Amino acid sequence: MLRYVAIRLVSAVVMALLASGVIFLISNFVPGDPVLAQLGDILASDPAVVAQWRAKWGLDLPLWDRYWIFLNGLLHGDLGISIATRRPVLEDIVQYAPATIELATVSFLLALVIGIPLGVAAAVWRDSAVDAVARAVSLLGVSAPTFWLAFIVLAIFYGWLGWAPGPGRLDPIAFPPEGGTGFFLWDTAMAGDWETFQDAAAHLVLPAIVLAAATLGLITRTTRAAMLECLHQDYVRVARAKGMKERVVVLHHALRNALVPVVTLGGLAYANLLTGAVMTETIFAWPGLGRYTFRSAAALDFPAIMGITLVVSATYLLVNLLVDLSYAMLDPRVRR
Amino acid sequence: MSAPVLDVRGLVTVFHTDAGPVRAVDGVSFAVGKGETLGIVGESGSGKSVTAQSLMRLLDPPARIEGGEVLFEGRDVLTMSRRQLTAWRGAGAAMVFQDSLTGLNPVIRILRQVTEHVVAHGRMDRRAARRHGIDLLRRMGVASPERAAASYPHQFSGGMRQRVMIGIGMANDPKLLIADEPTTALDVTIQAQILDLLGNLNEKFGTAIVLISHDLGVIGTICQRIVVMYAGEVVEEGPTAAVLEDPRHPYAWALANAVPRLDSPVAERLPGIEGAPPDPLAMPAGCRFMPRCPWRLSRCGAERPPLVEVAPGRLARCWVTADGRRLPPRTEPLHAKPPQPSTREPLLVARDLVKHFPLPKKTFFGTREVVHAVNGVSLHVMPGERLGIVGESGCGKSTLARLVTRLHRPDAGDIRFDGQDIATLNGEALRRLRPRLQMVFQDPYASLNPRMRVGDILAEPLLVHGRAASPAEAAGRIASLLELVGLNPAWAARFPHEFSGGQRQRISIARALALEPSLIVADEPVSALDVNVQAQVLNLMLDLRERMGLAYLFIAHDLAVVRAFCDRVAVMYLGRIVEEAPARELFAHPAHPYTVSLLSAVPEPGRQRIVLGGEPPSTLRLPQGCAFRARCPVAQRVCAEPPPLTEIAPGHRVLCHAPGSLKGAA
Repeated sequence: MLRYVAIRLVSAVVMALLASGVIFLISNFVPGDPVLAQLGDILASDPAVVAQWRAKWGLDLPLWDRYWIFLNGLLHGDLGISIATRRPVLEDIVQYAPATIELATVSFLLALVIGIPLGVAAAVWRDSAVDAVARAVSLLGVSAPTFWLAFIVLAIFYGWLGWAPGPGRLDPIAFPPEGGTGFFLWDTAMAGDWETFQDAAAHLVLPAIVLAAATLGLITRTTRAAMLECLHQDYVRVARAKGMKERVVVLHHALRNALVPVVTLGGLAYANLLTGAVMTETIFAWPGLGRYTFRSAAALDFPAIMGITLVVSATYLLVNLLVDLSYAMLDPRVRR
Repeated sequence: MSAPVLDVRGLVTVFHTDAGPVRAVDGVSFAVGKGETLGIVGESGSGKSVTAQSLMRLLDPPARIEGGEVLFEGRDVLTMSRRQLTAWRGAGAAMVFQDSLTGLNPVIRILRQVTEHVVAHGRMDRRAARRHGIDLLRRMGVASPERAAASYPHQFSGGMRQRVMIGIGMANDPKLLIADEPTTALDVTIQAQILDLLGNLNEKFGTAIVLISHDLGVIGTICQRIVVMYAGEVVEEGPTAAVLEDPRHPYAWALANAVPRLDSPVAERLPGIEGAPPDPLAMPAGCRFMPRCPWRLSRCGAERPPLVEVAPGRLARCWVTADGRRLPPRTEPLHAKPPQPSTREPLLVARDLVKHFPLPKKTFFGTREVVHAVNGVSLHVMPGERLGIVGESGCGKSTLARLVTRLHRPDAGDIRFDGQDIATLNGEALRRLRPRLQMVFQDPYASLNPRMRVGDILAEPLLVHGRAASPAEAAGRIASLLELVGLNPAWAARFPHEFSGGQRQRISIARALALEPSLIVADEPVSALDVNVQAQVLNLMLDLRERMGLAYLFIAHDLAVVRAFCDRVAVMYLGRIVEEAPARELFAHPAHPYTVSLLSAVPEPGRQRIVLGGEPPSTLRLPQGCAFRARCPVAQRVCAEPPPLTEIAPGHRVLCHAPGSLKGAA
């Protein structure tokens, strides 16, 4: 098992490097000139200014040299300087990532904690009211556009009922926890500052629900389908014939088999939540990676794009590793 | 007989389908006493498995039990509450299912699967259950039970898994064990082991057993009484020997006589009964077997016959035998021609064929493992001859079929077909060979493309090989092909799923015949079919041979089927032919110990069996010396040397140091 993990880790590093190379190449071939994006029409019409600007950011060097510089920096924990913000990319990422990770993780847990039991219940009581709810949730979750859902929940729970706070991570007059990890729930809980914890948690609810919707739909649906299949397997019938209680039959015999596809989906979904929150983050004024990514892409900010790509691919690889490991735990046939 | 353990009265189970209610079990009654083994036999769709599951109330909607009583020691299972039912299942009565691969939970350790219900029923705590479980596995004949207990199902062979399944059933010492086709997925020698095990349980512990099977041989070996089911009804019930020898219902008659047996005549037509069971949505008002019955009376169509006593202790549901008359003995075979010795050149000659399959490497630097599928096989087929290849799963017979049809390319050895060397043919030359050498596959469901109409399936080879320029031109030929295999030419427009298994296999045969081949390689062509349908398809293949002079290479695991169909038989074990002889000779005087034990393992009523221990060794390592040595009851020291191929009678060759040293226990 340890050996397996080691092999997977090494291959993950290799994969991350390969991915960075590919992204580096592709982003250099896309049409679109950072010069124009950064300097504007007037300055960009002056060749001297352009040449100087290019030299300053190293854009005049050959592609291979630039990639080498990038790799070299990477080894020293340096992702370069963002063209747009003029700050080290790593600093930017460290600043924005916690907000996104916090949001994504809460959404993910929400989707799992609601989706799996709902899917199981829907399969066990097929064609019942629970099943109707589960099917409605999965259909709505998957098909409702994020911006629409976001406006609806904001309008209802913030604007009309006033149950939830408005956009942002904290109340505008509240002070963010200082010198922590950037994960507000964690920081405030550690500091024992329960007032700010409550504030942060309350601000999380609506964006988390919006972001979780699609994942919740998929997980409910997949769990339901996998459970329906497993409940018709011979081994479930054998378990019933043994006189096992229905609870044991469902939760022990069927669910463990049904979780395999759910784990696959969950891994992919979590990675997607981390990187696909642009819309939600924008609407809820959430200072996260999604918005940073969007701004960097719009500005053709290559160092930032490369940094984000690296972080994203590392996340995907890590999540994939976790998925593979949980496979091995769930299904002995995968172990070697 | 004391009070029965299980008394089923008028059980009715209905499937509420979209097309209407189907009475899958329609008023079934029977009883099983303590220590008794009752067999329920019938073809697929006869309601025997539904009956089994109804007994334990294991059916899911749309199936519903709508009538009758299932009395277990006087208590009606059908009126038990959920809680009572859970307490009864797995303790009072247990069930063993057909497919041990899907019946065992792949993600739970064996020990837990064998013992969880011992704990759940409060009979033992976990620690005691663990010891009990390991002891149970040992009693079931599972090799190294401690290790087995900690393993997962995928680490076992089919035979071992079935032992575990029976162990699960026996864990709480139930009074009643219901076994639904417990040996159907297993090889004959393993089947013999499992039947032995069931017989022992019955004798030692007095467990009442209901054994459900489509195989009369299996039922006949260990059951004291038989219930024959047809179209949801019991059509005959009586002591096993009486029903097999003197069946009183025409369907039971057909079952008993359509099955090729080791003592039936060689290479002749089987007396099958044509037709198919009635549409369950529209059951005939009278006797349900009437449309297929060769002895029907005018009364049969109008009045449904009751199940009445036709002889002491025997019940049958038939107007013909209701007054105690018997059915005629089996008709004489239509063809009884001895195989003509041919002086012509052989059609197919294979010499020293070898095929190994390397497995993917497990680790980057590890050594590659190799499956030694075929290890030096030589054979020949004369024009018009039927050569049978028998052996258990994993013996390499299917690989051999794929080698001689050149779906695989041999690693070594040569194949001559009609004088031409085909072992290394490629591309166009291989394509030109194809029409003359056709294959029929085992699974008639998987080998026909479900999205193609039957007409298109049959037209494809004609068009590909330029035998017809257009589909329209092919149409005439397709009609005559369908007629040839006994199907209605108008059915060309239908899709495969609209046909039954037997009809699909006819389509497969028609496809093979489309290009007028001279050799058909048939890989288990009837093993997926019900016995009666099996007889129909075998008879068709015999007719076609007579009409078209076809030669067959017929591959099967069922010895009796091979015996009924083939002129000559070769027995394979671990990628080698260990014995080869004319069918009559081979079955009369088997000389290789493996052949002797294989023949002996075939379940037939009232016959002693040699039960081989162990399982075929792994094909990953090529054994030194005789491949069968590890399981051979008469192995000697000399068997570590490669055995010689000896001709002990004309055309009878044996690969053994001491041919004939093991005698069948006849």
